Amino acid sequence: MTLPSFDALQVGDAIPVLELPPVSRLTLALYCGASGDHNPIHVDTDFAHSAGMPDVIAHGMLSMGWLARLLTNWVPQTAIRDYSVRFAAMTQVHEKITCTGQVTEKFEVDGERRVRLSLTTANAEGQVKLAGDAVVALA
Amino acid sequence: MIDRKYIGHTMPPFEVLVEKGRLRFFAKATGQTDPVYADEAAAHAAGHPALPVPPTFLFCLEMESPDPAAIRNLLGMDYRKLLHGEQGFTFHRMAYAGDVLRFEQRIEDIYDKKGGALEFVVRKTRVSNQRGEHVADLRAVTVLRHG
Repeated sequence: MTLPSFDALQVGDAIPVLELPPVSRLTLALYCGASGDHNPIHVDTDFAHSAGMPDVIAHGMLSMGWLARLLTNWVPQTAIRDYSVRFAAMTQVHEKITCTGQVTEKFEVDGERRVRLSLTTANAEGQVKLAGDAVVALA
Repeated sequence: MIDRKYIGHTMPPFEVLVEKGRLRFFAKATGQTDPVYADEAAAHAAGHPALPVPPTFLFCLEMESPDPAAIRNLLGMDYRKLLHGEQGFTFHRMAYAGDVLRFEQRIEDIYDKKGGALEFVVRKTRVSNQRGEHVADLRAVTVLRHG
């Protein structure tokens, strides 16, 4: 994988989007096992009802994993210096999530040329679920 | 209210082995299509000594603590009122299948908003490998909702 060119990138540029298939219960069950997060609110509908929720909700960290895929689809993981998100809204079963990133800053630190990206996951209606940013080192 | 005396409190460090099978399972669960994360030959071809630990999997490894409820219990927080508010990672070097990672957790801050209706606990976790090299720093903000 070759790094995107620092010089060619401009503030405001978007990186290639990542579109996920609709959130399924199987996906949540798989993430429950793979992540080790066994909180029943993500997989057990009976538990969700008892907690006053209409249905189970997706793990926030699953969405953060998808956003990480957005980044590693664009640059090798070794280029990622910093990555953080705020969990703004719950992701529901059947929602179709799109991950997007946009360059917000170009700078140099420790002799390394870096860009800052703003990142979001959002549903088909455009409701933002996760908002965050990442710092990536580029050639 | 959570006792503010716990600001600066450090938890007992623990170590976690990075298992190859877990990395493959995580790749499947997150819909990962890049073979570098599941196929050792592809990982080697990309210059990795073994399957790489993807960015957010460090958080999952942190949950392999011998007592994942330790901080919750120490601070007396009801898990039914907790939300994961924010999560951050600062990366220093890659981690790989077969590594034994050491996790050192510290309660960085405790504060409240909305007249105490919401309390926030900031946890910082230093991750290092079996050679003592600094791998990453994790920052988690947990929100405790009152009422």
